[in-house]
Amino acid sequence: MKFPVPHDIKGKTIPGTEGWERMYPYQYQFVTDDPKRNQYEKETFWFYDGLHYPEPLYPFDTIWDEAWYLALSQFNNRIFQVPPVRGVDHRIINGYVYISPVPVKDPEEIGKRVPNFMERAGYYYKNWDALEAKWKLKMEATIAELEALEIPRLPDVEDLSVVTDGIGESKGYHLLKNYDDLINLGIKCWQYHFEFLNLGYAAYVFFMDFTQKLFPNIPMQRVTQMISGIDVIMYRPDDELKELAKKAVKLEVDDIVAGHREWEDVKAALANRRHGDEWLAAFEKARYPWFNISSGTGWFHNDRSWNDNLNIPLDGIQTYIGKIREGVSIDRPMEAVRAERDRITAEYRDLIDNDDDRKQFDELLGCAKTVFPYVENHLFYVEHWFHSVFWNKMREVAAIMQEHGVIKEIEDVWYLRRDEIKQALWDIVTAWATGVTPRGTATWPAEIEWRKGVMQKFREWSPPPAIGIAPEVIQEPFTIVLWGVTNSSLSAWSDVQGVADPDSITELKGFAASPGLVEGKARVCRSAEDIRDLQEGEILVAPTTSPSWAPAFAKIKACVTDVGGVMSHAAIVCREYGMPAVVGTGLSTRVIKTGMTLRVDGSSGVISIVQ
Amino acid sequence: MGTAFMIDESRLGPEIDRRAPKVCFFEECNKDSVALVGGKCSSLGELINAGVRVPPGFALTTHGYADFMQEAGILAEIGGLLDGLDHDDMDKLEEASRTIREMIESRPMSIELEDLIAEAYRKLSVRCYMPAVPVAVRSSATAEDLPGASFAGQQDTYLWIRGIDDVMHHVRRCISSLYTARAIAYRIRMGFPHEQVAISVGIQKMANAYTAGVMFTVHPATGDRSVIVIDSNFGFGESVVSGEVTPDNFVVNKVTLDIIDRTISKKEVCYTADLKTQKSVAMEVPAERQNIQSILDDEITELAWMAKKIEKHYGRPMDIEWAIDKNLPVGGNIFVLQARPETIWSNKQKAPATTGASSAMDYIVSSLLVGKRLA
Repeated sequence: MKFPVPHDIKGKTIPGTEGWERMYPYQYQFVTDDPKRNQYEKETFWFYDGLHYPEPLYPFDTIWDEAWYLALSQFNNRIFQVPPVRGVDHRIINGYVYISPVPVKDPEEIGKRVPNFMERAGYYYKNWDALEAKWKLKMEATIAELEALEIPRLPDVEDLSVVTDGIGESKGYHLLKNYDDLINLGIKCWQYHFEFLNLGYAAYVFFMDFTQKLFPNIPMQRVTQMISGIDVIMYRPDDELKELAKKAVKLEVDDIVAGHREWEDVKAALANRRHGDEWLAAFEKARYPWFNISSGTGWFHNDRSWNDNLNIPLDGIQTYIGKIREGVSIDRPMEAVRAERDRITAEYRDLIDNDDDRKQFDELLGCAKTVFPYVENHLFYVEHWFHSVFWNKMREVAAIMQEHGVIKEIEDVWYLRRDEIKQALWDIVTAWATGVTPRGTATWPAEIEWRKGVMQKFREWSPPPAIGIAPEVIQEPFTIVLWGVTNSSLSAWSDVQGVADPDSITELKGFAASPGLVEGKARVCRSAEDIRDLQEGEILVAPTTSPSWAPAFAKIKACVTDVGGVMSHAAIVCREYGMPAVVGTGLSTRVIKTGMTLRVDGSSGVISIVQ
Repeated sequence: MGTAFMIDESRLGPEIDRRAPKVCFFEECNKDSVALVGGKCSSLGELINAGVRVPPGFALTTHGYADFMQEAGILAEIGGLLDGLDHDDMDKLEEASRTIREMIESRPMSIELEDLIAEAYRKLSVRCYMPAVPVAVRSSATAEDLPGASFAGQQDTYLWIRGIDDVMHHVRRCISSLYTARAIAYRIRMGFPHEQVAISVGIQKMANAYTAGVMFTVHPATGDRSVIVIDSNFGFGESVVSGEVTPDNFVVNKVTLDIIDRTISKKEVCYTADLKTQKSVAMEVPAERQNIQSILDDEITELAWMAKKIEKHYGRPMDIEWAIDKNLPVGGNIFVLQARPETIWSNKQKAPATTGASSAMDYIVSSLLVGKRLA
């Protein structure tokens, strides 16, 4: 495979974006002024992490990229000592993140790392459940700290208690300190994020790998099915909606709950209804923590949670009320899922030729099942719960910056790097203390306007899927997973991109994620809010789905996504519902239009546009 | 089966076992019926009893054969003709063969035997919703699966035979195939008494294939045992078996029976029956059908289900010929024509996938060291 040289790509600056580099940390730049680093960058294989970053990064949102750059690398290299690989290096071009695993080249050094890894990773695998229980406590404590964190506004005059209690600190100092605390909590949360994740991925990847060695033609969906049916809390928010739907029917308030599109109207109408309070109380109880679920991946500030937009969970509840009224069961068919999992596992196991392989299969399957809950559950704690609260705390910071005229709108804050925000807060706080105007009022708004223009140009640019020189093998578990998704989608993407007229495309290919063949009308939903328009029996076409989309699956008969692998949310849910899914198709939301008739074959991964 | 190629002498002599069936339907046969109905018919019975649908039919049993020879009263005459023949003297052998075969093919059957065959043929026709069902008439030797056992008779097969007279005639021709010059020579050379050799004749509905092909219960390219690979084309399977067309190809998950890969090819030729000449003839597939999938998805699933059953029954990967009959209603029209053990992958010693690591941890480390190839 041949890919462009990174510096050539970077050299072709998009007109009007000159100087964009200052929007991101300096170590993320491909360089030309440092021959040694330049040489390393040229010889290295970088691929675009399109799974996590479908859009260019806002300067502030770079925080999570930096957080995992550190966390993943340290666990690989300094804590567990994965033998053949150090960390994963990062670069940014035009707002898009490129990553590269850094191999250990000296065989002797690799050899030295093996016993360390065996001891350390071995300890985690062996004590997985106990360590995971400890992890949960750490995470919950971190989130509690975050929720309690106060972002103080700057008063004209400090409260008298500052004097009478002899506090000796101002709100200005608290603002600076608490902003630091906020950022540090975020970084800490991401330390925990990667504590288990790469070991989990390694267990997954090599179980899948082994199974494919045994059965070269096994669909990945069947491998993942062997690990299905394990209860994970990612489904809890959706379960809460089902419970609320059942409760509404039981309390006979379902006509009201299902009777308005806006949450505020439902709430108002419930106030005058017998049992309305009881249902509202149940609703409020479910919100914390379960509505801290992002309508996107949670990676970006513009992913809002159910708590931020209660119309989204309301729509889900309404879907379930409709099903209950039709007499359709809304409970997840867990017994059936488990029975089918066990049947499939046993049949494949019987097809294994020899006892050694069967024993190895059992060991690896057991290990994959052990790590499964963490690999799923960390998403709720970190990407959904923590992030949802975090973004809103940041909005509180932004509100203060807006109040002091450094930014025009709250949502402008994302155009600043987090260290720039710290500088701006110093500017604000010292000016507030001193009684003068912050310098930033004259500089930041203009810079932000310029950055908005740059971001727009970045969005219109398509990042090459990979740059640099491809190695023969990759040995870093996280990269293997990511690259697996990226690479398999590459050919599908290039096929579609090579077509001049997207309207002439009649067939798309992706991962066969859940078996079955259906025909139906397409509904393209770009965000969780769009699923409110979804009609019964349509085929959902989405960039990707997340657990907050769960209620949509009760309505549809197949699902197609742009991004994701066989372990993605859409894939897992469709297998549970027994409906076809094709994921990781690259460009479905661009090629397919609402109302088109599609034939979705979830067994072979082909989507045909019938008309 | 190795010792079953000779019929028990006591049953063949003048005192024939009058109670043994002379005609029996395939479903009454199983793997223990080789002595009675030969290898071909007994394996068809075996498949039926395993729950696999094969084109229906019946056999004239070795008892029926013995009865025929007895009634025809030609045993002594045949003995005389063959007495003292040299297995190297092809001219003499040919002459004796011709005389004997003419004898067999012209002598009347006993009324009882004729009635039995006619009744079975009528029943078969009724079962196939036809006044007179076209059948294949073929010898089912009791030793055909043994190496070098061709003495039992040429593997004569007569296709597209219709009507009781024609059936009767070809049953006789099958019987007479025991006395080809080659078969006689072989028996002389090996010292087998001619009068102790026996044959059964199978009469089976012709699968009037709308679509046919082959399937393997192991992936021919990768040796993957978790899939069933199906090749199909319109018409009879010979276009697929001979490699004359690139057939449609389907990969079915053996565990879940869903189709995980499909390749629809351009199929220009197919074979259909010419009832007049009683032959299959090649014809061009109409242009508008050449690129159409030659088998329905539901049929693929059912075939795969059958393949799975057959493999399970025989306990090894199998190579199977199948057809979908256009004369029979859906639900009863998918047939297995032949099933034999797959030989290529079954004889290969596959290397284990494990690296010899016993624990998951060891495997993960050794796999990390190897890494994953960039594809």
